[in-house]
Amino acid sequence: MAKVLMKGNEAIGAAAIKAGCKYFFGYPITPQSELPEYMARELPKIGGIFLQAESEIAAINMVYGAAGAGVRVMTSSSSPGISLKQEGISYIAGAELPCLIVNIMRGGPGLGSIQPSQTDYFQATRGGGNGDYRLVVLAPANVQELVDLIIEGFDIADQYRNPVMILGDGMIGQMMEPVEFKEPKQRELPEKDWATTGTGGNRKPNIINSLYLAPEELEEHNVKLQAKYKTIKENEVKVESYNIEDADVVIAAYGTTSRIARTAISQLEKEGYKVGLIRPITLWPYPYSEFDKINPNCKGILTVEMNTGQMIDDVKIAVKGKYSVYFYGRTGGMVPTPNEIIEKVKEVYGGEK
Amino acid sequence: MLKDKRLRFIIGHYGSGKTEFSINYAIKLVKQDKKVAIADLDVVNLYFRSREKTDLLEKLGIKVIGSSIKGAAVDIPAISAEILAPMQDASYEAIIDVGGDPAGARTLGMYNKYFVQGEYDMFFVLNANRPETQTVEKSIEYLRKIEDTARAKVTGIVNNTHMLKSTTVEDVLKGQELAEKVSRKTNIPIKYISAIEKVAKELPKNLKGEIFPMTLYMREEWMV
Repeated sequence: MAKVLMKGNEAIGAAAIKAGCKYFFGYPITPQSELPEYMARELPKIGGIFLQAESEIAAINMVYGAAGAGVRVMTSSSSPGISLKQEGISYIAGAELPCLIVNIMRGGPGLGSIQPSQTDYFQATRGGGNGDYRLVVLAPANVQELVDLIIEGFDIADQYRNPVMILGDGMIGQMMEPVEFKEPKQRELPEKDWATTGTGGNRKPNIINSLYLAPEELEEHNVKLQAKYKTIKENEVKVESYNIEDADVVIAAYGTTSRIARTAISQLEKEGYKVGLIRPITLWPYPYSEFDKINPNCKGILTVEMNTGQMIDDVKIAVKGKYSVYFYGRTGGMVPTPNEIIEKVKEVYGGEK
Repeated sequence: MLKDKRLRFIIGHYGSGKTEFSINYAIKLVKQDKKVAIADLDVVNLYFRSREKTDLLEKLGIKVIGSSIKGAAVDIPAISAEILAPMQDASYEAIIDVGGDPAGARTLGMYNKYFVQGEYDMFFVLNANRPETQTVEKSIEYLRKIEDTARAKVTGIVNNTHMLKSTTVEDVLKGQELAEKVSRKTNIPIKYISAIEKVAKELPKNLKGEIFPMTLYMREEWMV
């Protein structure tokens, strides 16, 4: 298929349908409302269901039900709406159900603003809901990667029976870029023999549940979950790096911010600075080992985010105290400019190239 | 160029490039020493609206009219009453940047009395690289639906077929083929062929419609 121009939010809908998702439950919120609108228009055409629930809490529990029945299902929202979904997300993780949850982040806390932010990093990677659970968190930096990760995200969810979150900022949702819909790499996916599809009188009922009242059983369940998370950590880390073996300063950034950093790096190179980039594509599992490849004489790692410092915690874990870690961030819906990043890199350089 | 009617309404499918075209149009017009106003009627889109470029436009001497509520990032469909100024004051050359789709054109209903035949232009911005306007049938469907909602007739087509900064001559010519078919079926002339400057220079000169070189004011340097 030839390239077309799509807004991020529309592209998410098109990619999900391409991945075989026929069910969407959600509630509108800026800056992702084009996505439910797209699904409302397109899903009925393919015999699917779009349902605007009475609230985000209802929507995520509808996702729980649909995922329990074994179908590919998605919900989407933006920051405050994702906060409302946390209880359901924890239940879904506990019941080991595959689904896709899209968070197109806006400024916070509370209702915040409608402009782009990355302030939900903690919530996405540390879990806003209760319990020792993990989401696979995918952070696209452009609309093409968004499409590719949505399609692969459904496979990851099915492979591990785990909810997957797409974490994009408002800019990714609203920006228009060229995209094409490629055939995804085929993964070996297990049969959904656990789904509640009716026994036909031939087997015992399947039960979808996250309640284990006996402590021994709940501990056993948690051990099983942790073993699964370990496998995901081994298999599913995605990261893109640029020139880190040779860099005097390395920037760590994801999503939109990584693109602005990349523009800053091109400019700095023209001025003779050697700056690398680590761009995590999976925020959980985090690409900690990528930081081991950094030039041992690097002057410091600069984390750039559209928040007041969240991923910086993972960067500090990754560098194990070997390098000084610096931060630059804008918040409230402000987007950093390449020039601001250039100035900060020069500060880390400390005046000498 | 730009010898259009005093009131120019810019409509089209969501994401067709109306705002970028409107801003370019206003800037070209003010460079001809005209008294120019640009009105942002977009209540559909919340990012990438012309009001974000208020500072740039005002420095050039263009009057910018946006929401009645201050702030570029407001999620409220409020339109300033000031929009009537350029409609009533005939000393203004006005560009009215309308929201995308029939939903966005609904705001035009309340200005119906200013749509006097022969005294306004309404340009339909067409981008053949947008999935919803790749065929003649779909493009005409959008055009007619917007006309119905706006209660006014389109007077010209703008072929704005692009792939952002990576637009090629082929993109524009593909769009031109679509625009010509739409034009033939609807009897609406192609007024402009808009393209980024390096592509505009390379276009054949015998195309229907005037070549309209564009600067991408809405795209930040880090965007493609």
